[in-house]
Amino acid sequence: MKIDSIKDGIVLDHIKAGKSMDIYRYLGLDQLDCSVAIIKNVPSNKMGKKDILKIADNFDINLDVLGYVDPDITVCYIKDYEIVEKRHVELPEQIVNIIRCKNPRCITAEERDIDHIFKLTDRENRIYRCVYCESKKSNH
Amino acid sequence: MKHLIDPMDLTVEEIDQLIDLGSKILADKEKYQDVCKHKSLATLFFEPSTRTRLSFEAAMLELGGNVLGFSSANSSSASKGESVSDTVRTVSYYSDIIAMRHPKEGAPLVASRKIDVPLINAGDGGHYHPTQTLTDLMTIYQEKGRFHDLTIGMCGDLKFGRTVHSLIKAMSRYENVRFVMISPEELRLPEYIVKDVFEKKNISYQEVRTMEEVMPDLDILYMTRVQRERFFNEQDYIRLKDSFILDLDKLKTAKKDLCIMHPLPRVNEISTKVDDDPRACYFKQVRYGKFIRMALIMTMLGVNVDED
Repeated sequence: MKIDSIKDGIVLDHIKAGKSMDIYRYLGLDQLDCSVAIIKNVPSNKMGKKDILKIADNFDINLDVLGYVDPDITVCYIKDYEIVEKRHVELPEQIVNIIRCKNPRCITAEERDIDHIFKLTDRENRIYRCVYCESKKSNH
Repeated sequence: MKHLIDPMDLTVEEIDQLIDLGSKILADKEKYQDVCKHKSLATLFFEPSTRTRLSFEAAMLELGGNVLGFSSANSSSASKGESVSDTVRTVSYYSDIIAMRHPKEGAPLVASRKIDVPLINAGDGGHYHPTQTLTDLMTIYQEKGRFHDLTIGMCGDLKFGRTVHSLIKAMSRYENVRFVMISPEELRLPEYIVKDVFEKKNISYQEVRTMEEVMPDLDILYMTRVQRERFFNEQDYIRLKDSFILDLDKLKTAKKDLCIMHPLPRVNEISTKVDDDPRACYFKQVRYGKFIRMALIMTMLGVNVDED
């Protein structure tokens, strides 16, 4: 299968196989007018299999989302068919309005217009906790 | 300290200062009777808790201050659909300090971000209740004179009891404190507390199923209520409930200076016959709770009293 290179835009490489649709949703890529290629199960020497997302637009990407979903992703910024910058994402210390607290006893279940904020409390096990009720959310 | 949301927001030094001030007020009430004159405490209780609300109100009144507020969500604008933030923000313009209880976890944290006056969490669901922890610490200090070198037995519902969890975390910061957990299998301490507190800090702890086997070792016995609704079936509840009732017979092997505590309300987990035993400290605990709240209100308002 052949997918054309993009002239200007962003390539998300080294996505864990099967996670590309999650990232598509979290980043709201369905809202973009540009071409977006979701490439699944690409053979990879390092990972065995991986997913790749190609976005033909240089939009302001939320790196925290990527870090939360999969901190091993590489973000490649493309200009005139060349990679001009590569960035490795990290597990963010805090994520805001990316995931929602599901604890029915939490104030977020009742209060209007409240940000859903989770803090990283255990880097090793990738555990995030709601800042209001401390409910646990693991991202893997 | 701007707001008090989580008991662990307080450093050991801040706790020492609060206990010290609380002890001074206890020793000389008259000296502090007007220190909060012209100051107002708002008690915003979105769910009823007569004991805690009255303790806060008594504390403020004994400091010479005023109180205003409501004692249930039905008597506030929450019943009209107003957000917690809006209600608390409104009241913050009528008061100098707020004590707030709410059934939802995290509600006081949300409210505290919208106001300029200090806010005390007076209980948010099954989450935090920092002034209960301070009350417990004040009681331990008054009765034992120290926080170190103690063996503390926690008995009853250790799974859902937030007072137990907070007290374990608070006491785990002191030297040579041993913990003994006395509960039925169904209500044992959650694994995350064992891991995050005992194992991480290398603290000595023991789990047992009856209080008789450890009674002679204890310096403090912290009783909690075993509630019928926590059990999967009635038979288990009936089988186990009596193991966790403290009576004079079980106290026979206890130390002469054991300190028996309970966050109250009590149902039947401590026999009323124990009330007259000098080791029963649970009503003293209520009294100490008022004095530590007085110290907390003064500290959060920045009220100082000149030392003679």
